[in-house]
Parts: sequence; structure tokens; C-alpha cells
Amino acid sequence: MKTLLDNKQLDITLQRLAHQLVENHDNLKDTAIVGIQPRGVWMSDRIAYLVKKITGQKNILYGKLDITFYRDDVHQGDMHLPKQTDIPFSIEDKNVVLVDDVLHTGRTIRAAMDALLDNGRPKNVELMVLIDRRFSRELPIQPDYIGHTVDTVRSQKVKVYWMEKDKKDEVVLIN
Amino acid sequence: MSLSVKHLLGIKELQKQDIEQIFQTADNFKEVLQRPIKKVPSLRDTTVANIFFENSTRTRISFELAERRLSADVVNFSSSGSSVSKGETLVDTVNNILAMKVDMVVMRHSASGAPWFLANHIDASIINAGDGINEHPTQALLDAFSIREAFSKGSKKATLKGKRIAIIGDIMHSRVALSNIFCLNKLGAEVMVAGPPTLMPRYIQDLGVKVEYDVKKALEWCEVANVLRIQLERQHKPLFSTLREYAMYYGINKQMLDSLKKDIVIMHPGPINRGVEINSDVADSKQSIILDQVENGVAIRMAVIYLLSGKREVLE
Repeated sequence: MKTLLDNKQLDITLQRLAHQLVENHDNLKDTAIVGIQPRGVWMSDRIAYLVKKITGQKNILYGKLDITFYRDDVHQGDMHLPKQTDIPFSIEDKNVVLVDDVLHTGRTIRAAMDALLDNGRPKNVELMVLIDRRFSRELPIQPDYIGHTVDTVRSQKVKVYWMEKDKKDEVVLIN
Repeated sequence: MSLSVKHLLGIKELQKQDIEQIFQTADNFKEVLQRPIKKVPSLRDTTVANIFFENSTRTRISFELAERRLSADVVNFSSSGSSVSKGETLVDTVNNILAMKVDMVVMRHSASGAPWFLANHIDASIINAGDGINEHPTQALLDAFSIREAFSKGSKKATLKGKRIAIIGDIMHSRVALSNIFCLNKLGAEVMVAGPPTLMPRYIQDLGVKVEYDVKKALEWCEVANVLRIQLERQHKPLFSTLREYAMYYGINKQMLDSLKKDIVIMHPGPINRGVEINSDVADSKQSIILDQVENGVAIRMAVIYLLSGKREVLE
């Protein structure tokens, strides 16, 4: 097991990602942050908080998206129980930033895009991930905001711990 | 996570966790049904046959909508106009339908126990959409789900524990009553059945329900009244003198509800015989959640089909 980011590095990385997001979106009125259930939501909570803090804007558009019903492995392995989808605004013509913790095969993001587009037609969709497991993609999907890039093989696992849920902030690589 | 059963034959065989899992999944499908695109691609690779040997409006449409909103392919079969009248048996009929690569069967049959019989003879998952006077599991699930919704505030979901629910009417011939009793008991609610003695099955109190013959008293006791239809098609001998007399003594009207010192929730599984078991001024009142039940039916059936579609062996 190897620590990729400790709590301090994780905080710096999240700060940088939030700043990049603000830099790229000069008018946050039309920008929506959408976290992917279940684990991406812990990250998007932080990003949404940091964006509010950086800009001083209280009302940014923030939602959560569950992708269970859009998975391509419904009949393989165990059933996944859905979590809540909560997008309390129209995504029509918005700039949506999807947020997830780890980008691996890209299949989750494919499902998330399908799920998102069933909620309306956004102007564009970007992808923010904390960890990009490079070279393990099974679909042509690339992130726009990357916290940290790692080269891994399939048998390895990247695990992100969040204070709010796991009582510590840490990203580890498990062999 | 999966259900503990392969088929949904009756509520009797379900665990409490199964019911809670179905509710949690149905909550999500309810949200899906509010979207501009009320459809998810989960079951693109699944074909469902709706096999109805008995008439139905709500249940059949509700199942079909649920299946289509999960992107499943749907075939419908009703016994009238089919080869059943030429003497084909149930197992042969279903096996012939399954030979056309169908993955799941939703069946309604007038014979109690028919889905259990079928489950012993075929491989596909079976969902019971009502068998004779025995069970109607998806109706009980949507009823309990609607009660939970009626008592929930915002996103905080209520539980049915300790809630007092009266089931009123033709208990003897009602599969809705039996499935409701099993379901509500498992969720910890208190259940009372009320109706004329001739329509009350003997020993029903052994299922852990209170029995009452005075509808007024039942209404005073309960927080929710689930009113059932008089099933004349299943009564082969007269069990009360006239419908008018039944309506007089056991029908629910506004006057009765107004005389209670509280607002109770009114439910009915449909089809309603207005002016018999329930008056229009009650069925259409603010207290009635009859149309919410119908709405929730689609989400509940989506959840059941989705969860039962479960793991499938991959063909080499």
C-alpha cells in the first residue's frame, strides 16, 4: 500500500481544482457542479464549498447524480442499489462539471453522461477527477481537470478516504 | 445486494429487508418518472411477457409502463382470443412463450397458487400480478409505499411501525387484503380487518390482525382505511342481501368521516364501485390517496422488475 496523497496534499489539490474551475468559468451563474454517486459526492461537496469560498457567491448550482440504472453491467455480479439523484435546477443550456473521485475505465463517466442528458440538454459537459488512472481506459474519455495522475495496472486499486465518511483524508494505492 | 427471492410470488416469502430494498429503489424510480425523459436503459437486454388470464386495467398498464420505462421489450398475452380456448395447458402456454427467448413472466391467474405451480416448471423469474383469492404482492407493496409517503415529511421517510391500518370490505375474496396483511405485519404496522361476518374468512385473527364487524368502530380506531371492492365475480352464493344494504351498513361516506375527530387517509386498490363500498364524496376527497397509489404502482413495479432481473449467466 502506498499513499498517493496525504491530507495536506489532498487539500492543496482540491484548492487547485476549485481555482481552475473558477478560472475557466467566468460567469458561475451558468455553471453547475454535479457529483457522481456514491463516492464522487464527497469530493463534489468539497469543491462546491471551495468554489463558494473563493468567489463569495452563495448560490452556485450544485447537484448529485446517481448512475445505477445506466450501468452496462446490470446482469453481471451483484445488483447495485441506487442512491439519490438530486438535481434541483434545470441543466438546460448550463455548463456542467461532472465530479468523480477516481477515473479508471471510463465506463462510469459514460453512464453519467447518459444519465445527465436524460435530465436535459446542457451547453457543455466537463469532467473533473481527483485521480486519473492513466492507460487503463476502456472508452475514449478524458478529464478536463485532474488532481493527480497515476500509472496503474488493473489488479491495483485506488482508494480515496474522505474525512466526512471515513474519518481521514487520504488517497492510497493498494497492490 | 439482491432480493432474497428469485420470483415475486407472494409477500409471505419476502423478508423485511427485501421490502425496504424495493422501497428504496422505488424512491429512485419515482425521481426518474419526474424527469423530462422518464426512462432508463437498465433492462435493454431483457424481454418480459405479461400473461393475463384474468381481466385487468390498472395492473396490466402499470406493469407494461414499468417495463417500457426500464427499456425492456414487452409482449402481452391475454387468455381471451388465445390458444388456451383450444385446450392448451398453462405450462405449455408459458413454455411456448419462453421458447421465444423471454426472460421474465408477469402473470395474473384466477386460480390461487398458479404462480407457485409455474415456478416449479420453468426457469424464468415470475412476478405474481394476482392469483385468485390468494396474493397480489405488487399491490401490497405499492399500498405500503403510499402509506409511507403519506406520513413522510420532505425527504425524511416515515416508517409504518405502529401505524394503525384498517382493511375494510370483502376480506374473504380479496388477494389485496391477504398480501396487505403480510406486508404491513412485516413492516410492524397494526392491522385490523373489518366487514360483514359473511365476508370474513374464519381464523383470520391467526394472522395477527384485529377483527371488527362495525365499520364505524374500525374508522375510529385507524389512521389509514384501505377500502376494498365487493368481488361479486368470485361470490358463488349470496353473502349479503343487496348491494344497497351493503352500502348502507358497510359503505364509507363523507358523513361518517366527518363524525370522526381526526383526518384519516383513504385508500382503494381499484376498480371502485362508487356508491357501494365507497361514496364519490370520499373517493374524490382530499384525504383520498387513491390516484397516488396508481402513480406509485409504476415506480414499485419498476423496482421489483429491476431487482429481480438480477444476475444472469453470461452465454459463452
